[in-house]
Amino acid sequence: MYNAKAVIFGILIFVGLCASPFWASFIGRDYKSTDIVLPKNEKNCIEDADFMRSQHMRLLNEWRDEALRNENRVYTALDGKKWVISLQNTCLKCHNSYEDFCQKCHVANSVYPYCWTCHIIPKGGK
Amino acid sequence: MLEKLLTAQKRYYVWLLFLLCVITGCGLVYLQQLREGLTVTGMNRDVSWGLYISQFTYFVGVAASAVMLVLPAYFHHYKQFKRMIIFGEFMAVAAVIMCALFIVVDLGQPQRMLNVMLHPTPNSVMFYDMLVLIGYLGLNIVIGWTTLEAERLDTDPPKWVNPLIYISIIWAFSIHTVTAFLYAGIPGRHYWLTAIMAARFLSSAFCSGPSILLLLLLIVRRLTSFEPGGEAVKTLTTIIVYAMCVNVFFYLLEIFTVFYSQIPVHEEPILFLFAGHDGQLSWVSYWMWVAVGMAFLSLILLIPPQWRTNPTLLPVALVMLVAATWIDKGLGLLIGGFTPNMFETVTPYMPTGREIAVALGVYAVGALVLSLLWKIALSVKKDVNAFSD
Amino acid sequence: MNKSRRSFLKTAGISAFALSSGIAEPANEAYAKLAPGRYTRGETALTAKRWAMVVLTREFKTPQDYEPLIKACHSAHNVPDIAGRQNIKWLWLDAYAHVFPDDMNSHLDEYTRAASYPLLCNHCSNPPCVRVCPTQATYKMEDGIVAMDYHRCIGCRFCMAGCPYGARSFNFMDPRPHLANPAPNPTFPTRMSGVVEKCTFCAERLAVGRFPACVEASDGRLLFGDLENPSSDVRKALANNYSIRRKPSIGTQPGVYYII
Repeated sequence: MYNAKAVIFGILIFVGLCASPFWASFIGRDYKSTDIVLPKNEKNCIEDADFMRSQHMRLLNEWRDEALRNENRVYTALDGKKWVISLQNTCLKCHNSYEDFCQKCHVANSVYPYCWTCHIIPKGGK
Repeated sequence: MLEKLLTAQKRYYVWLLFLLCVITGCGLVYLQQLREGLTVTGMNRDVSWGLYISQFTYFVGVAASAVMLVLPAYFHHYKQFKRMIIFGEFMAVAAVIMCALFIVVDLGQPQRMLNVMLHPTPNSVMFYDMLVLIGYLGLNIVIGWTTLEAERLDTDPPKWVNPLIYISIIWAFSIHTVTAFLYAGIPGRHYWLTAIMAARFLSSAFCSGPSILLLLLLIVRRLTSFEPGGEAVKTLTTIIVYAMCVNVFFYLLEIFTVFYSQIPVHEEPILFLFAGHDGQLSWVSYWMWVAVGMAFLSLILLIPPQWRTNPTLLPVALVMLVAATWIDKGLGLLIGGFTPNMFETVTPYMPTGREIAVALGVYAVGALVLSLLWKIALSVKKDVNAFSD
Repeated sequence: MNKSRRSFLKTAGISAFALSSGIAEPANEAYAKLAPGRYTRGETALTAKRWAMVVLTREFKTPQDYEPLIKACHSAHNVPDIAGRQNIKWLWLDAYAHVFPDDMNSHLDEYTRAASYPLLCNHCSNPPCVRVCPTQATYKMEDGIVAMDYHRCIGCRFCMAGCPYGARSFNFMDPRPHLANPAPNPTFPTRMSGVVEKCTFCAERLAVGRFPACVEASDGRLLFGDLENPSSDVRKALANNYSIRRKPSIGTQPGVYYII
């Protein structure tokens, strides 16, 4: 191979850089819980916690389309409980602390949704 | 063929560096626009499209105009254009890239632009515009690159390119027609609601695009001794003259219908463009009259064969033609469409400095793409001794 | 290749094509839901086949009479107050000559000519804004309301070029600095820079059984109801009075009627 040494060396550096998150995790701290503070006034979320944890963003998308396009503004959960479809007026009623709930997980996962440029966070917030 | 870019004269790299500096500077202005919103532009509630969209429209025309070389060469086997064709195709590539960028800088939420594909909407002309522009970009890149490669290897281009070339000819007409449909199907915008819009767009494109191409090639001839071919230049100039005559004719048709029918809402935009408002000329009126003057002057210089073959008069005439069509389509079209506004009152629009800077940045990107592609084409032509007769 | 395998591949191929091309998700129709629950209308929601508004213009004596309506609308929807021509308007006033330019004559009676008329989105039956929108960010609902999904809007402003009534406003800048803090209506979102907005006939209020904010604030001088229902207020008013609509000749079929 032409310039084999340099090429192989380059590939090694490239692979090393690409895998850098793994190396970083070896020396870095262990995973720490995000310490989100759950709402006090309500025990159960709309659906079970696993579903909410992994699917809340998709659920919100579906809620938005149902409410805005089909005018279906009520969601009946599996347990039969009815919820008014509204991020600002339903979700944030219980999850009323942006800093202690939304932000903790979003920051830990490096996602920065911009819901709050329009939806008003209760109690001042951002 | 990319390696051709590595062997150029110093002044070529200085030129590229200059373009990169312009792009960076204007890019910073665009970042400011991203942060503050489109409030940095002169657009407003009543004139909601401005310089960006008008430049987009103009450069769709420039992109489509490549067909004025491709069509004679492939439908009529006009050999003289063969040497120039690659430059037309590569100019189309640069122009389509500029179009895309002009759309992006005009968007309020550019990070969501893929929503157009995510939620395809067949009733929106903009959806089709996106499709035809992407298609045209692809066609020209593939055709241009493959035929140039074949020329470099001194073989015939592969057979599969031919159908693509024929498609690209039809496609060129479609991109500017669809762009005209963006405007011509809107009820209530009287200046735009005219069936001749697409025909006007095409005629103005087919005179201005080849003029720009010819002017650029004359500069290239100065710089590199590349010879586009005397016969080819003559034929292209003839095409330009006919297209410009048709273009002016179409505009006069518009004037006749509007002013003979005397329907006020149809008269008002044109009156505003040429006579301003309340006895007060608007800034665009001066430009429009300059355009009228230059359109006719360019025709006077281009119609007599002994003048249009004159090497000093030709560039002058072409520059005037390009300026006239640019003012008509790049200023008048949008301002006339939005003035008077929906309440039959006048809301002034003037692009801001920052708006012009962002537009210049897009121009610089176009120039950069063009410089890179043309350099490759020129080097290949030089290698295979296709530089002159 | 056996038959079942072939048919499986065929189905799979077609479904893959349908999914990828979006055919499987026709706009506004039921598609595979993610959530395990059900979606329904609210029990108190007001419904209609075609919502429409009638403005009893003679009942408004001065432009000030409209002020409470505008205030109710703009504070219910957190509409910012921006100076200059990059402003946002959902409900506003203009003169007869600008509202009904086609109906202007030089000898129009002084009262009609001098009066102010309220302008808002006409919620057309045949809305050009919906026709031109490349992302379905603006769309017509079953009940005739032309609505906006600000999440999907890319800010191309084609709808503003398309709207013959100048009813749409673009957020040229972040609206929040131009709003009171806290926002006038904490239960309604604001908008963000770079999206288009307009009157929504208060779809969010109809959903909970309330009439639009401007109608509520009008003391019965704005009528709101189902145009398809012959016994509705709007139909009765239209049956008994001479009414006009803005720019009827362009075929958009506005849903806002003016009794002059």
